[in-house]
Amino acid sequence: MSDENKVIIDVSNFDPHFRDEIAAEPGGEHIRRCFSCSTCTAGCPVAGVTDKYNPRRIIHMALLGMREQVLASDFVWLCSVCYTCYERCPQDVRIPELMNAIRNIAVQEGYVPATLKMQVEKLQAHGRLYEIEDYENERRAEYGLPPIREEAAEVRQILRQAQDNVLEQTNAEE
Amino acid sequence: MIAQSEIRYALYLGCTVPVRGMNYEMAARKVAERLGIKLVDVDGFSCCGFPARPLNWQAGLLMAARNLALAEAQGLDILTLCSACTSTLTEANHRLKEDAELRAWANEQLAGMGHTYKGTARVRHFARMLYEEVGVDTLREAVTVSLADFGFAPHYGCHYLKPSHLYDGFDDPENPQSLDRLIEAAGARVVRYKDEAQCCGGGILGFDEETALLVAKQKLDHVTAAGADGLVLICPFCAIMYEANQRRVESAYEVEYKLPVLYYPQILGLAMGFSLEEMGIKLNRVKPRGLIKALRS
Repeated sequence: MSDENKVIIDVSNFDPHFRDEIAAEPGGEHIRRCFSCSTCTAGCPVAGVTDKYNPRRIIHMALLGMREQVLASDFVWLCSVCYTCYERCPQDVRIPELMNAIRNIAVQEGYVPATLKMQVEKLQAHGRLYEIEDYENERRAEYGLPPIREEAAEVRQILRQAQDNVLEQTNAEE
Repeated sequence: MIAQSEIRYALYLGCTVPVRGMNYEMAARKVAERLGIKLVDVDGFSCCGFPARPLNWQAGLLMAARNLALAEAQGLDILTLCSACTSTLTEANHRLKEDAELRAWANEQLAGMGHTYKGTARVRHFARMLYEEVGVDTLREAVTVSLADFGFAPHYGCHYLKPSHLYDGFDDPENPQSLDRLIEAAGARVVRYKDEAQCCGGGILGFDEETALLVAKQKLDHVTAAGADGLVLICPFCAIMYEANQRRVESAYEVEYKLPVLYYPQILGLAMGFSLEEMGIKLNRVKPRGLIKALRS
């Protein structure tokens, strides 16, 4: 491979505390246990069909301190949360929980994928991912199913509280 | 009619089933009623919290705790149809029961809404309830119509079994048996196929559709190659991947499956003598033509 084709990483930009930041986030506690055996990647249904997602590589990048590259990436959103690696990991790294911890940090940094934003808007508006209003309840009645009342106000309150917590945290760090 | 009067649950539908999985809901309600299982509809249930977790784990946990508190207030355990709801509610229950500090925090947040989480409600998936509480022997006795000519491929999905520490050793995530036994109890054959434990890809559908459909395609290939009359599953999101998106996989990859996808309570109900209409087969997009023909004749 010629030098032009190599992606040279600038190690001076690494954040050596990124692993601690992840370990402090619920779900990320076990990140330092990873010894890069790749059991997660070998059994991963997503990694099995695309090179875009490679859990071993993401954990390695995080341990190296590649904070921006990880948080701004699309790949942290490609864990299907199937728990295959969770069951098999010899170091109990709890990878789906770890990915969720990284996602939570990414969101705090403003990296919110359009799909997540749309889902949260649905939850705020309807308390659920699919709205159930008159039309849906009429359809349910046609099939002999009871009506469902949407309960959005309390879900909205929970999401707002979470948002406030995130803002508070972000402000405290600044 | 088999008396199971001691089995009583709050039916937790989640987001997907009541809108996109009405056939699943119809079949589950009818089968439960015939088996003497009392299902209560609780007013105010909302999303389980699963989709909020990537945003903020506390929000996901509180949404789950809120639903658990609603069931507790009625003195009921929770019966789920969606596997993601099952694991989200079960995990929240575990965490809140084990961590007194977290529980106190959650109750502080819920207090303003008039809810209290105590940790008294159990969470069970419908299929696990059938397997453990009704039992395959009772199910076999309830069967009146033979499905012996049909072979179905079981799809357990992920969250019905994993993370396994949440499920107290129920079934083996690497080599599960419960759905196989349930299919046999309904009088049908179990068809083995390659990579049975593989995920449907539903978790990433909204983030990378092409990759998600490629994950789903693998199972459609394997089940079709094994010659099954249908794929039998127990989660509405798996059904979206394998049934609602089957056409899209077919056109994207120029293949043809026409593979029927059935919810387990649908085949159990048909075996128990319910009609195709009662089991909501009309709402199955890929028509199970063999079954329809056999049951109409």
